[in-house]
Amino acid sequence: MKDKSQVQVPLEPERYELRAASPYHFELGRRDFFKFLGAGLVVVSVLKTAVIAQESGGGRQRRGESLPQEINAWLHIGENGKVTVYTGKVEIGQNIRTSLSQAVAEELHVPIENIEMVMGDTQLTPFDMGTFGSRTTPTMNLQLRKVASAARDVLVNLAAAQWKTDAQHLVAAGGKITDPQGKRSVEYAALLKGQQLTETLPQEDPLIPAANWTVAGKSMPKVDGREFVTGQHRYPSDQRLPDMMYGKVLRPPAFDATVVSVDTQKAEQMGATVVHDGNFIGAAAPTTQLAEAALAAIHAEWKSEPQISNKELFDYLRKNTTEGKDPTGDGDRYDTGSVDQAMSSADHQLRQTYTVQYIAHTPLEPRAALAKWDGDQLTVWTGTQRPFGVRGQLAEAFRIPEDKIRVLMPDMGSGYGGKHTGETAIEAARLARAAKRPVKVIWTREEEFTWAYFRPAGVIDVMSGVRKDGTITAWEFHNYNSGSAGIKTYYEIPNQRIVFHAVKSPLRQGSYRALAATANHFARESHMDELAHTVKMDPLEFRLKNLKNERLRAVFEAAAKQFGWGKSKSEGQGFGMGGGFEKLGNVATFAEINVDRKSGEVKIVRLVTAFECGAIVNPDGLRNQLEGSNVQGLGGALFEAIQFDNGKILNDRLSQYRVPRFSDVPVMETVLIDRKDIPSAGAGECPLIGVAPAIANAIFDATGKRLRALPLIPNGLKAA
Amino acid sequence: MSTIHLAINGKPYAVDVDPQTALLTVLREHLDLTGSKYGCGEGQCGACTVLIDGKAQRSCITRVGSVAEKKITTIEGLAHGDRLHPVQQAFLDVGAMQCAYCTSGMIMSAVALLQKNPNPQPNEIVDLMDGNVCRCGTYPRIVSAIQKAAKASRETAAAKGASR
Repeated sequence: MKDKSQVQVPLEPERYELRAASPYHFELGRRDFFKFLGAGLVVVSVLKTAVIAQESGGGRQRRGESLPQEINAWLHIGENGKVTVYTGKVEIGQNIRTSLSQAVAEELHVPIENIEMVMGDTQLTPFDMGTFGSRTTPTMNLQLRKVASAARDVLVNLAAAQWKTDAQHLVAAGGKITDPQGKRSVEYAALLKGQQLTETLPQEDPLIPAANWTVAGKSMPKVDGREFVTGQHRYPSDQRLPDMMYGKVLRPPAFDATVVSVDTQKAEQMGATVVHDGNFIGAAAPTTQLAEAALAAIHAEWKSEPQISNKELFDYLRKNTTEGKDPTGDGDRYDTGSVDQAMSSADHQLRQTYTVQYIAHTPLEPRAALAKWDGDQLTVWTGTQRPFGVRGQLAEAFRIPEDKIRVLMPDMGSGYGGKHTGETAIEAARLARAAKRPVKVIWTREEEFTWAYFRPAGVIDVMSGVRKDGTITAWEFHNYNSGSAGIKTYYEIPNQRIVFHAVKSPLRQGSYRALAATANHFARESHMDELAHTVKMDPLEFRLKNLKNERLRAVFEAAAKQFGWGKSKSEGQGFGMGGGFEKLGNVATFAEINVDRKSGEVKIVRLVTAFECGAIVNPDGLRNQLEGSNVQGLGGALFEAIQFDNGKILNDRLSQYRVPRFSDVPVMETVLIDRKDIPSAGAGECPLIGVAPAIANAIFDATGKRLRALPLIPNGLKAA
Repeated sequence: MSTIHLAINGKPYAVDVDPQTALLTVLREHLDLTGSKYGCGEGQCGACTVLIDGKAQRSCITRVGSVAEKKITTIEGLAHGDRLHPVQQAFLDVGAMQCAYCTSGMIMSAVALLQKNPNPQPNEIVDLMDGNVCRCGTYPRIVSAIQKAAKASRETAAAKGASR
């Protein structure tokens, strides 16, 4: 075996010059690493170019963002044996601080308490595009396991050299290397005293197979859970600095409004720092109360163009398609065979339209940022899924190089895809620059509902042809605006035309947990149910007849078994299913509902979810994500919808926008299929997609009423 | 502006503030007790829940002037030194959290609930906790945690009674 201590970090000196505009702390020589981290062992993981392209969403870059770095994670073991892992991923409630620690503990053979995860700090961690798309488990988990495994090998070899024995005889366990024959052992810390070793990945290094995991693969409580139950954890909105001020931003009365005139004189006389810069008007003061009072004293006139409301929404979406690509990068069009021919020769044809409304992520912690300037250096603590993206936005807004900006992301109060942007970071930084003091901006719930962005609304037209025996022969699927994630069908259909139509959205829209897969699965799985009834087949039998994918069949069959599909039902009861494949996970959801004939009230009684995402890393964490996805899915399926008119949000409060509560939660049963032979995939998104179609199909089963619009029953069944 | 005297977690505080200010703002901004969270500002989500004389109250819609001299308990004052309150311990044991932003309010509401009803059935927990929102959807685990805490508290009480 070669001497690993001689392996150099592959950073070419001339590349520093090429990237002079954005020199990172990570483009360091070997010596600089140790100046920065202290002596010990550093293992660096280098991501392959193909993966970088995939991570960045098809290689597209927004202006102001740096190109991905080659290094995507590293691990340092200090002379004191303390393990520090550096990753640009962030913790937003999906518990990756725990699951990634587990992965490292497993491979490195150290107690999990010895591991510290440094996450989402643009100065300390390697570049990362962001925490979204269920990518952490399939990529970062694997990278960190490789890194930790390589570190263990270095330690084993060090001990072997010290004892002049064969490394194969040595065992790593509990933060020590032990020689069972020589009956001696040495702690990692002792081995690394005075050392400055580096090791670089990727390399050929066999990982511990999932079947042999001892730490990973087990349920593990949140690593820093105590901080949370005692109120000690500091979320982005809890950050504080000496001399800090509180900032507020004057919002226009409608979207896309521009300032006509502003009078800030009164506000300035109140002792607040007032900023009017283009369309930005804000105030900062030593207390929120004073900042609010100053804001109220600003007189501003705005002008805006007339804008549409919910009433015209779906008509508008069909009529306002644009050229251009869908931001999810899934592609826009798939054609196979001859749909028109197959349609005309089918025994039955079915045409239906499905719609989804805009919904709001409603993270319980609204956007928050604390910004401070030291000369031309800007530091911002903020809640975001993309700290590096926010750094890029700040660089663009203030026209300063990215190396003058540090963005830190304290574990935040969730995101669900809704915190990819840096609005509050920019607002706080702008006010802080004027105030010459640190400024914190926390959005109100009303601001979060109005000035964040929404899960896209959409219209989906489905046309299909089916033979009498239940074979689907033609499938045409048009999605307007909601997105192309999950747009492809996994059913075996020889003739297909699937098109995503981009639209100039009337509201600001963006990512949402599971993206458009929720809308596309709602349309597809509802339509499948309608087709099954058209040919008078059992919906499960009909699906399986047209489905070859073994993993997907397995979840449908497992969920059906657990659910007791085929059992008889009582008055008012309804059963339905929906499922699919998304983000490398397979899900089938079966719903039992009950309809009160008199009141029209629909009660979701039970949800059975079968889920398979490869080898399971943390079963308890996975169940938690599944249940959470189901609950979140219930909101969009049943009652969540943004009401808007002429550039205003009409239901911008929790008292007006209903989110799922304790009393909305049905009995939830989960069947986890652990495929130790398949690499682990993420689970934060996929389980969401089966909820809406399963419930819609169950409502049809109970009442004969087919609901094709999400939310299904915002005002109960009678109004639907 | 006037000086208001507050008794929070057994400690006296004096703050110079408009009595109309929300208690939540005073806790977070003036006293740096940031365990109580802002979620909606209208008492709809429960993230800001504190105990006022043992009763759960939404601090975002409670004027600070109305709670002067009353006994205020926040999440920071629930544990006794290193020993967690049974509800805190149960949330930790059950893993009744994801992002945990709602957790402070959930725990405070649950403490008040158990004081009123030491042996709540799941449906009673659902009814009494329905004003607290968890956007991550950990509701079933929170119900389990409250039941677990109830059991632990009853056992502790029984053990104390037996040893007397």
